[in-house]
Amino acid sequence: MSKLTLKIEGERYVVVTRRFAAPPALVYRAHVDPVVIQKWMLGPAGWSMPVCICEAKPKGRIRYEWSNGQGGGFFLTGEFLELVPPRRIVHVERMHLPDATPDNRIETRFEPDGEGTLMTMRMTLPDLETRTRMLSTGMEHGMEASYVRLEGIL
Amino acid sequence: MVKHDMPADRLSATFAALADPTRRAILARLALGQTSVSELAKPFEMSLPAVSKHLKVLEGAGLIARRIDGSSRPCRLAKEGVEAVDQWLAMMRKALDANFERLDVLLAEMQPQSAKRRRRP
Repeated sequence: MSKLTLKIEGERYVVVTRRFAAPPALVYRAHVDPVVIQKWMLGPAGWSMPVCICEAKPKGRIRYEWSNGQGGGFFLTGEFLELVPPRRIVHVERMHLPDATPDNRIETRFEPDGEGTLMTMRMTLPDLETRTRMLSTGMEHGMEASYVRLEGIL
Repeated sequence: MVKHDMPADRLSATFAALADPTRRAILARLALGQTSVSELAKPFEMSLPAVSKHLKVLEGAGLIARRIDGSSRPCRLAKEGVEAVDQWLAMMRKALDANFERLDVLLAEMQPQSAKRRRRP
């Protein structure tokens, strides 16, 4: 049973929640420390992040580069807008596929949940062109679309 | 396969259609199989015209299809419209699941040190 929820909120947002068995300070750190980020923010199996720049301060730069190990890849750039350790991160990001997608403002919250943390990420739902380009990165490889599943909607 | 044939205004209509809880419930019912309008209306305390209005929005958004079959016009999910949204959500879920499972392992490795520190007299 997956601990992740992924829901469409209204017409414009996607909300992701996930529980972690670690206190907010650690989960927060895993989202702002490039050494840690590079170990987990890799997407599906077979992908890696050869470049990870994450300046965790207001106006700090973000640059993540992913590679599928077979010559394919894409990168993301962004800036931090607000950091409230260990509770809240607001940043803006865009993917380069290779043209830049529209800016997406993402708010990530870390709330104590018993011994662990409930993380909530709220992001703008990308438009059709962005979603199509994201799918064409090959990240969906091996994925079977099932129209009765409708994650987060049904 | 990635579909390029869905116009952007159709996609906005799709998300507007999905924003309403009644329409999401109708889609959930249709995921079980096609059915008639009167059958769809049953679980909702709503008149047939009110349900028909929701169905028109869903149809306009490309999420359902209706067949002319006498007067019953049974409804079913429109595979293409639903897949366009579903495919992206499924990709996101897969990527995020993989990420967070790796993060679970990392957090467990990061954890013992702080737990040890707490236990120190």
